[in-house]
Amino acid sequence: MDLTYTPEEEEFRVRLREWLAKALPELPARPDPLDWPARRAYDLGWQRRLYDAGYGSLHWDASPTQRLIFLEETELAGAPYVGANFVGLLHAGPTIAAEGTDEQRARWLPPILRGEAVWCQGFSEPDAGSDLAALRTRAVRDGDDYVITGQKTWTSHAEIADWCELLVRTDPEAPRHRGISWLAMPMDAPGITVRPLRTLAGPAEFAEVFLDEVRVPVANRVGAEHDGWRVTMVTLSFERGTAFVGEVVACRRTLGGLARTARVNGRWDDPVLRRRLGRLNAEFTALWRLIQWNVGAAGAAGGTPGAGGSVFKLRYSQARQELYDAAAEVLGTAGALDADQEWTAARLSSLSYTIAAGTSQIQRDIIAERLLDLPKGR
Amino acid sequence: MDLRPTADQRALQASARDLLACRFGRERLRAAVDSPALDRALWRELGAAGFFALRLPEADGGVGLGLPEAVLVFEEAGRALLPGPLVAGHLLAGVVPGAATGERVVGLCDVGADGARLWEHPADCDELILVEGTGPDASAEIGGSDAPPVGAGTDAPPKTAGLDAPPEDAGSDAPPESAGPGAPPEDAAHAYWNASDWPTLAPLRSVDPLTPLARVVSYPRRAPRALDVPRLRREAALLTAALQLGSAARTVEMAVEHARRREQFGVRIGAFQAVKHLCAEMLIRVEIARSAVYAASLTGQSLPVIGAKVLADEAAVRNARDCLQVHGGIGFTWEADVHLHLKRAWLRLEQWQSGAKAEEALAEALLAGEVAV
Ligand SMILES: Cc1cc2nc3c(=O)[nH]c(=O)nc-3n(C[C@H](O)[C@H](O)[C@H](O)COP(=O)(O)OP(=O)(O)OC[C@H]3O[C@@H](n4cnc5c(N)ncnc54)[C@H](O)[C@@H]3O)c2cc1C
Repeated sequence: MDLTYTPEEEEFRVRLREWLAKALPELPARPDPLDWPARRAYDLGWQRRLYDAGYGSLHWDASPTQRLIFLEETELAGAPYVGANFVGLLHAGPTIAAEGTDEQRARWLPPILRGEAVWCQGFSEPDAGSDLAALRTRAVRDGDDYVITGQKTWTSHAEIADWCELLVRTDPEAPRHRGISWLAMPMDAPGITVRPLRTLAGPAEFAEVFLDEVRVPVANRVGAEHDGWRVTMVTLSFERGTAFVGEVVACRRTLGGLARTARVNGRWDDPVLRRRLGRLNAEFTALWRLIQWNVGAAGAAGGTPGAGGSVFKLRYSQARQELYDAAAEVLGTAGALDADQEWTAARLSSLSYTIAAGTSQIQRDIIAERLLDLPKGR
Repeated sequence: MDLRPTADQRALQASARDLLACRFGRERLRAAVDSPALDRALWRELGAAGFFALRLPEADGGVGLGLPEAVLVFEEAGRALLPGPLVAGHLLAGVVPGAATGERVVGLCDVGADGARLWEHPADCDELILVEGTGPDASAEIGGSDAPPVGAGTDAPPKTAGLDAPPEDAGSDAPPESAGPGAPPEDAAHAYWNASDWPTLAPLRSVDPLTPLARVVSYPRRAPRALDVPRLRREAALLTAALQLGSAARTVEMAVEHARRREQFGVRIGAFQAVKHLCAEMLIRVEIARSAVYAASLTGQSLPVIGAKVLADEAAVRNARDCLQVHGGIGFTWEADVHLHLKRAWLRLEQWQSGAKAEEALAEALLAGEVAV
């Protein structure tokens, strides 16, 4: 048990903090959160600055502790969220780093780090969400290419993405988990149609992606042919285990802001609300401690987060929703119903957290079967 | 930085588990339910094993370890449902002669403004330390001056012994000078040393069959002790949280063991998702509480301790309820151990920190605007 940092780590923190203090005031004004093309430009610009300063590769190249320091410091300083870079930096990139060939790493990782490429995730299909192995999108080998036909859905940032981590069925005869492959698909390939889906939180955030005889070189496959399910588990372990980690710090800042808002508008006098905020304080503090625990566990397991990520993802997604429900209480009736409030937008988008990246029910199954070794079944 | 216990710490925890499994197994537990008088021989054995003297300096006959190690050992005591004034024995080991070895049994009772005034095992204690007053950090109840980290990977000697300055008239057998708490003389926190028959008690039939209780209605303010009361309360809350954590971890295991064995509709009930999901939520509560408790043991600060106690209380109480649900009808019987965990968890929930005060303190801290990481 140890929460201390080495002198090198502390020095890293200090340098990063100094750099952030200079870099953040120089940033252009933030774009409208619903304007994804503008956000793409903004988020990539921020990634480029990080890269130029030597902080670009922290998401997968650094030690786990350095990564934590990076996430703490960027969130504490109020640095921009990864946004459009979420998939590339937080799970496609780490998957390629862990599972790709040297050639593939050299090809795809530097553009992600330099803020030149946006990635999206083409896993879910209309009839394959929680049951991901039911996916039907077909890839048929034709010379050096796969020819792909099918449909993906709820693909976040598909409209503005350059690349897609795509799951396809390469062997329709094999048992469901065995015939899948993991491909990197360029989003400008002929045959791809992206149709934005309006979400309950605003205009587009994700889209339907239709694939009509799209040709993707076989060289774009990460991992062996038909071995995509295993690679997918690596991707999901990053998505659940580490991708939301930085947000916990942001939630703690939000909670503090909420308390001060309540103090100003008089809602602080309500002891029930006060206690609710106090409890959330304990909750988010403990989530941060759980992250520190998981980082140690991942380090010991060679870097890939284990099923412990499901414990974190489940509790965090609930806490985030409770946070924004509490925000609605602080705002009072009129404020909570005002769609132009920043809190309201955040409350709406918090609704996706218990669904995206695997629903809470699926996480509970994983915890029960993999961590508690309960029998499989219904 | 790695929050997980080191190999040495895991070995210490395993040996505590073995000792308790040997000396306080299922049969002994059930015997204690029927006659809850403290097992003095076991108490001395715990003393000999270093349970109470764990944080005393080696020069004083202690083990020389820190708060993180104490938390690991208390977690085991919580798992085993070990009864007795464990927290008092540990915290007063360097203060009350004979407590460290388990020769004398000492109780600790908070009669402060919001203290429940409950005294565990009143008939078994040789003496009693009472603490009252809200202290300098009333808002945090158990808070107060944040001591520097104890045993947080530093070479600094454990500070338990420093809890106390020499007693002003310890050992005097002069009669009580005042009876009844009345209004505390001032708001500052105080501690008093009393012989076990000095306070006036109101009977209380304890909900926990393993923990006899009495309510202290009045007491003499005898032999004031210069204890660091805020720190005492903070560490008592942390160790109580560790006991809750151990109980919560044990009830997940009990639920999972039962769910793997019991069959209905021709399958093991653990295959039913409704049961699986109860068990998964139990594990999540344990993991979140464990992270909070271990981290609080490293920083030793009051807010993390308060938060850890809130989460460990939730884990112990709700896990015991879910464990009972997974057990079905057997769970509602006296024979199953589940109710013992639930009742003890309810008891500890009321000890050292009330939920409402804790949440208020955590809310107040938000206004300060600090996001400590
Ligand atoms: C904001 C957002 C962004 C997303 N971004 C992406 C993306 O970029 N790329 C991508 O590929 N996907 C994305 N998704 C899709 C997401 O991964 C799926 O929505 C999710 O996995 C759930 O699948 P589903 O929607 O098909 O729901 P379903 O699987 O149909 O689930 C419906 C309900 O049934 C429950 N259920 C299903 N199976 C079980 C079971 N075995 N046991 C118990 N309950 C069960 C679920 O928990 C849920 O409550 C995104 C989703 C959201 C909301």
